[in-house]
Amino acid sequence: MANLIKFKIDGVECMAEAGTYIVEAARQNGIFIPTLCNMAGLIPKGACRVCTVRINGRFMTSCTTPVTDGMEIESNSPEILDLRKSIVELLFVSGNHFCPACEKSGNCELQALGYLFQMMVPRFPYEFPKKEVDASSPKIIKDQNRCILCKRCIKSIKDEQGRSFFAFRNRGNHLEVVLDKEMGMKMTDELAEKAMRNCPVGSILVKEKGFAMPIGSRKFDKKPIGSEVQV
Amino acid sequence: MSRKITIEPVTRVEGHGKVTIHMDDLGNVTQSRLHIVEFRGFERFVQGRPYWEAPVLVQRLCGICPVSHHLAAAKALDVIVGAGTGDGLSPTGEKMRRLMHYGQMFQSHSLHFFHLSAPDFLFGIDGDPALRNIIGIALTRPELAVQGVMMRKFGQEIIRATAGKKIHGTGAIPGGINKHLTLEEKNEFLHGADPLNADKMVNWASEAIEFFKNYYAANKSFIENFAHFPSNHLSLVRKDGALDLYHGVLRAVDAEGKKVLNDVDYQEYNQYIEEEVRPWSYMKFPYLKHLGKEKGWYRVGPLARLNTADFIPTPLAQKEFEAFKALTHGKPNNHCLLTHYARLIETLHAAEMIRELLNDDDLLKGELVVKGTKQKEGIGLIEAPRGTLFHHYRINDHDQIEMANLIVSTTNNNEPMNRSVNFVAKEIMTGKDVITEGMMNAVEVAIRAYDPCLSCATHALGKMPLEITLVNSENQVIDRKRSFS
Repeated sequence: MANLIKFKIDGVECMAEAGTYIVEAARQNGIFIPTLCNMAGLIPKGACRVCTVRINGRFMTSCTTPVTDGMEIESNSPEILDLRKSIVELLFVSGNHFCPACEKSGNCELQALGYLFQMMVPRFPYEFPKKEVDASSPKIIKDQNRCILCKRCIKSIKDEQGRSFFAFRNRGNHLEVVLDKEMGMKMTDELAEKAMRNCPVGSILVKEKGFAMPIGSRKFDKKPIGSEVQV
Repeated sequence: MSRKITIEPVTRVEGHGKVTIHMDDLGNVTQSRLHIVEFRGFERFVQGRPYWEAPVLVQRLCGICPVSHHLAAAKALDVIVGAGTGDGLSPTGEKMRRLMHYGQMFQSHSLHFFHLSAPDFLFGIDGDPALRNIIGIALTRPELAVQGVMMRKFGQEIIRATAGKKIHGTGAIPGGINKHLTLEEKNEFLHGADPLNADKMVNWASEAIEFFKNYYAANKSFIENFAHFPSNHLSLVRKDGALDLYHGVLRAVDAEGKKVLNDVDYQEYNQYIEEEVRPWSYMKFPYLKHLGKEKGWYRVGPLARLNTADFIPTPLAQKEFEAFKALTHGKPNNHCLLTHYARLIETLHAAEMIRELLNDDDLLKGELVVKGTKQKEGIGLIEAPRGTLFHHYRINDHDQIEMANLIVSTTNNNEPMNRSVNFVAKEIMTGKDVITEGMMNAVEVAIRAYDPCLSCATHALGKMPLEITLVNSENQVIDRKRSFS
C-alpha cells in the first residue's frame, strides 16, 4: 500500500505518495504546473525555474521539491503566474525566437507557454544575440538562436555506451549546448528524431523534413499546453 | 517659378512609396519618379538558414500574396531536392499547389479590383476623396462591397484548406505538399451555401467583367489615351502557349507581338534577365539582357500575360480573352488602364480553374512528396497576381542557403510604372498653375493599375542604393553621401 500523504495546492486538498515531486503530485491531482527543462524519465534539475511555486514564503522549483505531509503550496496566485511569465519573457528576449518560420511552431513548449501566459510583448528589451547554426551533422541542425539551455538533449540523447551526443560548452553568458562533432556524424535517424522531439523548442531540427506536419495537426494547435492535466 | 510636387504616400497600393514631379518655370514637367521609400532584407535573412525554411520564411515579405512567394520558393527547392523543374511532382502535389495558387490569384485580384481600384471607376478619378475609397463603396454600393469581401473570403478559404492558414501557411514543402484536401472541404467549396461556392464565384467574376466593360464603353477615349505607351511584355506560358499562372516557359513579346524571348527554360533566367540599380530608388530595374537597358525593359502582370499567351484553357475566360484580343486586332495591348480588364479576365479564369481542380480526386488521395538526386541550386518562377516572380537559391554542403536572389513582380514593373507616372504627369499637369488633388490622383491611378506591392519589391540588401542629400534653406545642395559605388 502506497504511503499517501495530504497537502494543499492553492487551498485545494490533494493526495500523493510521499516523496513525489510537487509538479508530478500536482499532475496526479489534476493541477497543471508548467515546466520546460523537466521531462518524464529524466532526473529533474530545476534549471528553467518556470515551475516555481511558493512554500512557507519561499520560492521553490516544483520539479525538484518533493511533497511532504501537510505542505501548503501556492501555485496559481497572480504573483507566481507573473513570475513564471517573466521567466518565459526572459527566455524569448535572450535568444532569437522567430516563431513564424520555425519548424517547431505549434509543437514548441516555449511558444505554448507564451500563449498560456498571454505574453503580448516582453517587458524586457530584446538582446538579439549573435548565435551560430551548426549544420555539420548529416542528421540534425543545432540552432543556437533558439536554445534555452534546458539540458534535456544532454540527458536524454545517448549512445549504447551511455555517452551523450550533446554537452555544455563555455560558461556564463557564453554557455551553449553543442553537438559532439564526431558523435554527430554517427547519429541514427531514430536518435535524430528523438532529439528533435525531446527539445522543447526548435533548437534541434531533423534535416530535410521541415514542415511535413500540416498546421492544424500540431500538438498545441487545438489545445493549450497543460490541458491534458487541467481542464 | 520651378516647382516640386510630392505625392506621399501613394494610396491604395500595398507598401509605401512616393512620387515626385519637378516642373520648370514654364510649367513643363521635367522629371517625375516613383520612389520606393522602404526596404527589406530577405535575401540576406535567409542566408545560413536550412533550405526547407525558405518557403515559410520568405513569404513573410508580404501579407497580400504570400502564397506566391511560398510557391516560388517551394518550386526552387523542388529542383534542389531532385523533384524536377516544375513538372516532376506527384499529381496530388502539383494540383494542391495549383489550387492554392488559383485561390490566391482569385482573392488578390478581387481585393485589388473591389477595394483598391473600383473607387476610381465609381466616383471618378477626380471625385471627392472622402468618398473615393472602400468606405465610399460600402456606403453607396453595399452589394459591390460585400461581393468584394466574399470573393476574397472564398479565395482565402481555399488557401487555408491547402496551406493550413489563410496567411503565411506551410502547405508547400520541397518536393510537394504536406496535406490532402478533405472530402468535406471539397464539398463545401463546390456546394457550400450561397454565396460561398465555386459556381457563384464564377458568376460574380463574370459580372465584374461586365461592370468594367460598361465603364470602358462609357469612358473609351479616356481609357485608351491614359498612360498608353508601347513596351515589351513578359510572362510564363504553358509549353503549348496557354495562359498558365503556376508553371511554364518564359516568353516575352515586343509591342507589336514579335517574340523577343522565345519560350525559354526559366532555370536559365540569368542568361536573359539583368537588373540595374539606380540611386534614387530601393527598387531595381530589370531588363532583357540581349535588348539592353534602353530597349529591354518590360511589363509583367495581367496585361502582359494576356499579351504573351495564345489562349486561356478555360471556356468562359477564353471567350473574354477573344473579345479582349479583338480590341487590338490580336496585337499586344499597351493600354495601362486595360490592365484592370485583363486582371478581371484572370479572376474569371482562376474561378474556373478552382472549380475544375475541386472536381479532381487527386486532391483527396495520392503521394504527397517526391524526391530525387539532390542539387545545389534551384530556380522557381511563378506568375504572382502582380506578375512574374523569380526565386533563386543556392545551398552549401550542410543544407544551408548561401545565396538567394528574388526578382519580385513589382520590381519587374518598375520601369513601366515610372513611365506611366511620367506620361500622366506630362499629360495632365503641363502648363497648369494649380495642381488639384484629382490631378495627383490621376498619377496614382496609373500606378494603381499595376497593383504594385512595394513592400515585396524592396527586398535587396547589400547593393541597396541609398543616397542622402543635405540642402540648405536656399535649397542648395551642400553635401551628398552614397552607400554604394
